[in-house]
Amino acid sequence: MNRLEREAAARRIMERVQPVPPPDLYEDVVRRGSRLLRRRTAVRRLLWLLLVAGLVAFTVWALTVQPWVEPPSDTTPPLTDW
Amino acid sequence: MRERHASQGARRAQEFESFVAGAAGRLLHAATLLTGEAPYDNPRARRLLTLALAHTYASWDRLRGEDPYDRTREYLATRFARGAWHHYGGLLARARPHPDSALAHLGPHERLVLVLRLFEGVGEEQVAALLGVPLERVHTMCDRATATVLHPPRKPAPPAAEPEVAAS
Repeated sequence: MNRLEREAAARRIMERVQPVPPPDLYEDVVRRGSRLLRRRTAVRRLLWLLLVAGLVAFTVWALTVQPWVEPPSDTTPPLTDW
Repeated sequence: MRERHASQGARRAQEFESFVAGAAGRLLHAATLLTGEAPYDNPRARRLLTLALAHTYASWDRLRGEDPYDRTREYLATRFARGAWHHYGGLLARARPHPDSALAHLGPHERLVLVLRLFEGVGEEQVAALLGVPLERVHTMCDRATATVLHPPRKPAPPAAEPEVAAS
């Protein structure tokens, strides 16, 4: 018996008895699938919300602190009467 | 706008329902072979199939021309492989194949390779890539598993039961 014949025989053994799908399979799948979709949407929404909150916080901080403005120098003593 | 959205949803539901109607039998058969359960009592295979189909349902709009059957089968196989890996140690008693299964004498990884290769006709390269093992290993595992299925070992008597028999 060569390889192909052996494989065909094993295939026949595997295909002998066919299980019957449960009648409520479709409803079950749709219920679980919709839950999965809802959860995914919620996670995506939460991530967007975090991103927007972070952006707003950064903008507010930047506008109040204005880190690009050079701070007034206070190391040199002021020049007085010369 | 909303009407179009609703009709799209209805068409999507119809498409998915006909996909499930067409593919569930074959996929359940494959899942039952994988879990090594009897064809008439297969709760683990049903659970596996439900999870895989739910996953396909959730990504139905993003398939982009990919075959939903292939996608479901891939998810089924990888999910089973992960589970088989975890159950290999302590929970083996629960996962032991039912004697009425066609693949009762094989281990979970041999069942996985054999089902993908012979029952589903997936190519050796794809199986190797899917499971992350070398091609030669898939080849030898498939050969050995085929030989075991064709010539099952005579008496796989459970060793735990023997002392009782001897004592009485």
